[in-house]
Amino acid sequence: MTKPIITFENVTKRFGKLAAVDNVSLTVNEGEFFALLGPSGCGKTTLLRMLAGFETPTEGRILIDGQDISNTPPNKRPVNMVFQSYAVFPHMTVADNVAYGLKVDRVPKADRDARVAEALELVQLGGLGERKPDQLSGGQRQRVALARALVKRPRVLLLDEPLSALDAKLREQMRTELCTLQEKVGITFIMVTHDQDEALALATRCAVMSKGVLQQVATPSDLYEFPNSRFVADFIGQVNLFEGVLAVDEPSHAVIKSPDLPVDIFLDHGVTGPRGGTAWAAIRPEKIELHKKEGDEPPNLGDCPKGFNAVAGVIKHEAYLGGSSTYEVEIAGGRRVKVQRSNLTRWDQEDFKLGETVWLCWHACSPAVLLS
Amino acid sequence: MEQSWKQAKAVFAAALGPPLVWLVLFFLAPMAIVWAYSFGHNAGLTEIEITGTFHNYARAIEPLYLKIFLKSVWVAALTTALCLVAGFPVALAITFASDKTKAWLLLLVMLPFWTNLLIRTYALIAVLRTEGYVNQGLEWLWNGGSGLAALVGLQPLGDFQPLELLHNNFAVILGLVYVHLPFMVLPLYSALDRLDKSLLEASLDLGTGHLRTIFKVVVPLAIPGIASGVLITFIPALGAYLTPDLLGGPDSQMIANIIERQFKRANDWPFGAAMSFLLMYLTFIAIAIQAVLSKKTPEAKG
Repeated sequence: MTKPIITFENVTKRFGKLAAVDNVSLTVNEGEFFALLGPSGCGKTTLLRMLAGFETPTEGRILIDGQDISNTPPNKRPVNMVFQSYAVFPHMTVADNVAYGLKVDRVPKADRDARVAEALELVQLGGLGERKPDQLSGGQRQRVALARALVKRPRVLLLDEPLSALDAKLREQMRTELCTLQEKVGITFIMVTHDQDEALALATRCAVMSKGVLQQVATPSDLYEFPNSRFVADFIGQVNLFEGVLAVDEPSHAVIKSPDLPVDIFLDHGVTGPRGGTAWAAIRPEKIELHKKEGDEPPNLGDCPKGFNAVAGVIKHEAYLGGSSTYEVEIAGGRRVKVQRSNLTRWDQEDFKLGETVWLCWHACSPAVLLS
Repeated sequence: MEQSWKQAKAVFAAALGPPLVWLVLFFLAPMAIVWAYSFGHNAGLTEIEITGTFHNYARAIEPLYLKIFLKSVWVAALTTALCLVAGFPVALAITFASDKTKAWLLLLVMLPFWTNLLIRTYALIAVLRTEGYVNQGLEWLWNGGSGLAALVGLQPLGDFQPLELLHNNFAVILGLVYVHLPFMVLPLYSALDRLDKSLLEASLDLGTGHLRTIFKVVVPLAIPGIASGVLITFIPALGAYLTPDLLGGPDSQMIANIIERQFKRANDWPFGAAMSFLLMYLTFIAIAIQAVLSKKTPEAKG
């Protein structure tokens, strides 16, 4: 089932002295919705443009279906791209835009018209073929760009920040549509985005990049729950990072001592890291529970010995977000911890007040341990 | 600076006043006088009587002069076409040059503007005349070839006949193209530079080669730039005076040369004035055509 369609082999791209892409090796499988994710300037767009043929690698090879296409010009590659600006030809009608790539391929007119109509129907622009691009909304123009690329039946569809130019509501809707579209046409999609929510929501697998280097390639849930570095943990979602020392590391459990926390962090699994070496515990805000402070006995979630994984603090900041509320809790030593709490009933937001002293606690399985 | 002139009439009047007076005194008034002359006739050596006659205009469209008008339009049109053909690749090359090279290339295009037209035209004469650099170069090649032929045992080529490159229509067209090329390149460049480059990438991405991309995407979207380039090349080329005067032969006269003769040697100001205004009306027509065309073509948007 997992048949590689695209392979980057030690690909490096230098602009002058700067390595925009630094020794990247990566495989994308047939049928995947793959996301290249990272902050601006991390090299993700350069990687995509090398795939499209607008840039050539300084070193390394790019293979599509096992064929080296590193130096193939863009018009001879079995990939098509949806541009960030959509790049819909303003002097042609919608139908002419979509037919553009088929005319070059000398597809007979009858066949061409049928395919154009089918593609427009696919992106829900049926009947708008005679419109000019300036008579379309931004979302519709993007659909034209999608139809224009898909009508060529490419092996891989490349999407450069496909949702960045749309407003929030439309973006939400297009996310779902892109997913449905990909399932329908069964073409491999590769998307570049700086928006982690977008990547998590759409992709079957993501590659996180930073400064031209591939940081982690994993499914969205693995990226979020099992990040392999502080960069990934911090880039994907919110996180509380506690720097400390790996004090205990047994097959069944481990303990991290952090100077930032008055208690030690207990983990219900071994880490197999260097004993006594630096380690970071990454705890997501929603994985920390808030408890009312009644008495001096810290709450215990039942999966760790007493004296671990619970700390008292004062709520210094709260933000009501509708579905959830976020709190910043200051613990002994002055460190602020981010906590997110779902508002399960209409009254939950009123449970905790600014300035209130509370207990924070978390399960022994919640922290992710990072060694870099 | 959000205020409109309605809110600060005094300031606006003070700013507009001097240039307005200047324009009326030294541009509109003389034009009006010449325009009035075109409806008059010579009533003595320096006296012109304005009688409201259309005689001068009638004379100007007699076959003798009409032919020169048409020829001027033809020469200007050919010049414009050659400038477009030569200038488009140049503008395209500048657009896609690196930022550093771009500045140098633009400088090279504009450099001739900083040199006097007369000097440039005489330089062209030095290049084209019978003993000019082109003929010298050709002669050197000819003699070299001749010597080579003799060396391998063939008949020598005979004496070199210099090409007649000067004082003919060819020289006029060449000179006009040379002088007007920057007028074409600069508006083309500014149109091409504004073009969204991802449109070209999209075209390549969809399987189209470079040449086809130029004709299917770049040229249609550069139409407004092409139109303004054509216009500001055609108008000065139509009124060219110095180039046909210095480089042309007896049959290379253009309207401006005829007009000059009326004001000087023929001392027939009313007739010269009538022809001047006919030339101006031609220019207006060209501008009107361009305005209509540019309304029809959609502006390239990103």
